[in-house]
Amino acid sequence: MTLVLGGLLAQLALTCVAVAAAVFVVPKRRALVAGAAVVGIAMAGAVTGVFALSGGHGSLTVPMTLPLGPVVLAPDRLGGFFMVVAGLVGAVATLYGIGYVRGPAASRTSWSAMALFLLALQMVPAAADAVSFLLCWELMAVASTVLLLADHARRAPVRSAALWYAAMTHFSFVMLLLGFAVLAAAGDGTGFAAMARVPADSGAASVAFVLLIVGFASKAGIVPLHVWLPRAHPEAPSHVSAVMSAAMVKMGVYGALLVSIRLLPGGPAWWGLLLIALGAVSALYGILQASVATDLKRMLAYSTSENIGLMYLALGAGLLLRSYGVTEPADSAIAACLLLVVGHAAFKTTLFLGAGSILHATGERDLDRLGGLGARMPVTSAAFGIGALGAAALPITSGFVAEWALLQSLIHAPATQDRLVAVVMPVAVAVVALTAGLALMAFVKAYGIAFLARPRGEGAAAAHESGLGMRVAMGISASTVVVLGLAPGPVARAAAAAADLSGVGAVGWWGIDLFGIDALLDPVALTVLAVALAVPVVLVSARLARRQPRRRVDLTWGCGGVRLSPRMQYTATSYAEPLSRVFDDALRPERDVLVTHAGESRYLVERVQFQQNVGDIVETTAYRPGIRWMDRVGVLARHLQNGSIHRYLAYAFVALLAVLVVVSL
Amino acid sequence: MNIGAAILATVQVTAMVILSPILVGLMRQVRARMEGRVGAGVLQPWRDLRKLFAKESLQAQGTSWVMSLGPVVLVASSALVCVLVPLVGTVTFPLIPDDLFVMVSVLLIGTVALALIGLDSGSAFGGMGSSRHMTIAALVEPTVLVAVYALSIPVGSSSLSLIVDARLLDPASVASPVSLLALVALFIAVVAETGRMPVDNPSTHLELTMIHEAMVLESSGRDLAWLELGSWMRLGALLGLVGSLLVPWGIAGDVTPLTLLVGLLMLIVKLAVLGSALAAGEVFLAKLRLFRVPELLAGSFVLAFLAVTASYFVVQG
Repeated sequence: MTLVLGGLLAQLALTCVAVAAAVFVVPKRRALVAGAAVVGIAMAGAVTGVFALSGGHGSLTVPMTLPLGPVVLAPDRLGGFFMVVAGLVGAVATLYGIGYVRGPAASRTSWSAMALFLLALQMVPAAADAVSFLLCWELMAVASTVLLLADHARRAPVRSAALWYAAMTHFSFVMLLLGFAVLAAAGDGTGFAAMARVPADSGAASVAFVLLIVGFASKAGIVPLHVWLPRAHPEAPSHVSAVMSAAMVKMGVYGALLVSIRLLPGGPAWWGLLLIALGAVSALYGILQASVATDLKRMLAYSTSENIGLMYLALGAGLLLRSYGVTEPADSAIAACLLLVVGHAAFKTTLFLGAGSILHATGERDLDRLGGLGARMPVTSAAFGIGALGAAALPITSGFVAEWALLQSLIHAPATQDRLVAVVMPVAVAVVALTAGLALMAFVKAYGIAFLARPRGEGAAAAHESGLGMRVAMGISASTVVVLGLAPGPVARAAAAAADLSGVGAVGWWGIDLFGIDALLDPVALTVLAVALAVPVVLVSARLARRQPRRRVDLTWGCGGVRLSPRMQYTATSYAEPLSRVFDDALRPERDVLVTHAGESRYLVERVQFQQNVGDIVETTAYRPGIRWMDRVGVLARHLQNGSIHRYLAYAFVALLAVLVVVSL
Repeated sequence: MNIGAAILATVQVTAMVILSPILVGLMRQVRARMEGRVGAGVLQPWRDLRKLFAKESLQAQGTSWVMSLGPVVLVASSALVCVLVPLVGTVTFPLIPDDLFVMVSVLLIGTVALALIGLDSGSAFGGMGSSRHMTIAALVEPTVLVAVYALSIPVGSSSLSLIVDARLLDPASVASPVSLLALVALFIAVVAETGRMPVDNPSTHLELTMIHEAMVLESSGRDLAWLELGSWMRLGALLGLVGSLLVPWGIAGDVTPLTLLVGLLMLIVKLAVLGSALAAGEVFLAKLRLFRVPELLAGSFVLAFLAVTASYFVVQG
C-alpha cells in the first residue's frame, strides 16, 4: 500500500467517523467531536496531497452500484497541489466552525454535509477519469448546497441564494458533462489518459475546450457566470463561505488547468486569448463591484470573482505565450496562477473568518453600521487587517508575491512575430494594475470603516471578541498569509513540480526566483532592510515620547464646532462615492434623495433622506430577461397539460401516427 | 557588493532626509517669488519640523494605534523607496534588486498608511481626504505600471539600476520617443501621487478641497512631523527617479568617495532644477475639479500605453 492510497483510505474512514459522530453524538458535544473528525478529514487530505505532490503514486478504486463503472481516484502532482490547498483551508475553517456554529448550522445534517463537502473537495482533484470527476463534482455541489441552506427557515434570502446556486452549479455540471462527452468520444475512453490523446488542434478539442471552460468558469465565479457568488457567500455560515470561496471555486481553476495543461496541452492561441478576456473582465468587474459594495461578505464574494479572474488571466497569458513557443515567460505565468491560488486561499479564508467574527459579535454585515471594532476585537482586527493587506497585494503578504510574479511574467513577453502580443500584454498589465489599485481602495475601505474610528451603530458599539477556537483559527490563517508572503520559495518550487514548469525556483531558503525571466524576490531581505530603516524612526519617536507624552483629548477637529457625532463620519457608501461616480456607466447605481422642507420655506431643510442601491448590471441585463423568457415558455408549456383525458388520448394518438409515419419513411 | 550597497543606501537615505525638506522649501520659495511674495526662505520646512518635533502629540478619543503607528510606517516606507531608487548610485544588494514593481508597492504601503490615518480620526474631513486619496491612487496605478513596462522593454528587466545603466551606455535612448512618452506619463503619475497641482493644492486651507491635508488634519506634534517628512521624502525620491531616468549622467556605478560626491552633487542639481520647474509650472495652473482628474490620468495612461506598443514595433523594426 502506497502512502497516497493510505491517505485516500484514511479520508474515507474519517468521513464515516465524522458522519457517525454528527448523527449519534449528543448536541452539546456534537460540534467538538464531529468537528474534530472533519478537521481530521481535511488534514488527511492535505497530507495525501503532499505525498501526491512529491511524486507518490497510488490508486483507489471504489466499486459502485451505478452502471457507470467504479470511481477511480489517483491524484497526480497537479491534483496533489490543489488537495493541499483545499485540505488546509478546510481544516482551518472547520476549526473555526467548531466555536462558531449555532442553531441550524450545528445540526446533524450540517455537520454530515460538512464532512462530505470536504471529502468531495479532496476527491475532485484526485479523480482519474471523467466519470469519477463528475460524480465527485456533483457530491461537492450537493453537499455545499445543503450547507448553504442551513439558515433557510429564518431568512428568505437564503432560499433564493440556494436556488441561484443550485441552478448555476447544475449549469456548470451540464457543460462539463457535454465537454467530457465530446472528449471521451474523440479519445475513445473516459479516462484522462485516453482523453489526453485527442490532438489539441482538432475541432473536437476546441468544442470540448469551450464547453469545459464555460462549465469551470461558472463554478469559479467568472463574470458573467458569477451571479451566484454575491448571493451564496453572504448567506452561507461564515466558515462555509470561507471553504466555498477559498477552496471550492478553486476547483474551477483546477479544472481549467486540467483541461489546458494536462488533457489538451499545446492548444491554439485563441484559447489563451479567451481565458485572458474572461479573466480581465472578471477581475475588473469583480473589484469594481467590491469597491462599492457595503455588505462585507458580498464585497468579499465580488473580490473572489476578481481574484479568480486574475488566475484565469495568468493561465491565459501562459497558454498564449506557449502557443508562440515562448516557454519561460509562459511557465512563469502559470506559476503565477498557482501562486495566486495559494495566496488567495490564505487571505480569503482569513477575511471570511474575520467577517464571521464581526457578524457573530455585532449581528451586522453592513459596513455602514460598523466602526470602532479595532478596540473591541483586537485579534479579529489584526487578522482581518493582515488578510486585507493580502487582498490588496501589499508586501509582505502572499497576495503581493503572486501579483509580482504575474506582472513580471507579463512584462517579459518578448516581442514575438505576432503583433497581438504587443497589444494584449500591455492591456493585461493595465488590467492587473487597475485591479490592484481598486483592490487597495476596496480593502482600505473595508478595514478602515469596520475597525477604525467610532461605532456607527449599536451592534458595533456592543461588540465583543470571539471565543478561543475562533481566535486560534483566525490566527493560524493570518499567520499563513504572512509566512507565505515572507517565504514564497517553497510554494514556487511546489508549483513548478505540480505543473512541470521550467525556469521557476527558489533562491536560498525562502526567496522566489523566476530565473527563466531573470527576476527574483526575497521578501525576507526586503523586510530586514525595512526594519533596519524603521528602527531609527522608532527610537527617535520613543525618545520624543519620553520628553512629551501623548495627550488624550475628547474631540476631533470639527471646524471649531463641538457637535461631532459618529453619524458625521464617512461611511462605506460615501467612501466609494467618488469611484462610483467615475465608473458610473459600468455600475449604474440607483440613487434616491428625498428632501423634506421645514414649513413653507424652500431654503430650510428639515430632513434629507438618501438611498443608494448598486445592483449587478450583468444580472439585470442578462439574467432577468432570460428568466422572464423561461417563465413565459413555462406558462405556455402548461397549456399542453390541462387535465383533460380527451386531450391526453389525442396526444397519444398523434404520437402513434408520428411514429408510424417515421417508421414508414 | 553588500558593503557598497549598504554605504550607498545610507548615503541616499541621509541625503533625502536632509534634502527633501529643503526641496520643498525651495519649491515654496520659487512660488512665492513668482507670485510677488517674499517667501519664508528655503529652510522654513526644517524649522517647521523642529518645532513640531518639540511639541506634544494629541490623540482624540476613539482613535486607535493607527494614529501613532501610521506616521512611522509612512516614513519607513518613504525611506525604503529612497533606498530602492537609484538616486546617487546604481549599486544594489544582490538579494534586493531595485525592482520597480517592488518600489511601487512600497510606495503604496505609505499611501495606505495615510489613508487609514485619515479614516481613523473619525471626522468627515479625514474620511473625505482618505476616500479621494485612494480613488486617485487606484486610478494612477495603471499609468505607473504600464510606464514601468515601457521602460523595462529595452533592457528586459524591471530593475531600475539596469534601466539607468542602459541609459548611461546608450544616451540616445533617453531622447527616443518611447522613452519620452513613458517619462511624461510617469511624471503626470508622480504629480498625482505626491498631491501636487493640478491634482491637489498643497497649500490650501479650505477643508472641502483638501486631499492630502485633510488626512493629516487630526495629527499633531511628532506624528505630524513624521507625516510631513515622509510625504516630502516621497516627493523627493520620485522627482529624483524622474531625474535619474531623464539625465542619468553622474550616477555612481561603483562606491568610491569621488563617485558618491559627484552623484550627490548631480542629485542636488537635478532636484533643484526639477523642483523649481514643477513649482514654476504650478504657479500657472489652477487645481482641477476632482472629477476631472480621472481624465488627466486617462490621458497619461494613453501615453504610457502608446510607449509600450511603440517600443514593441520599434524593436521589431
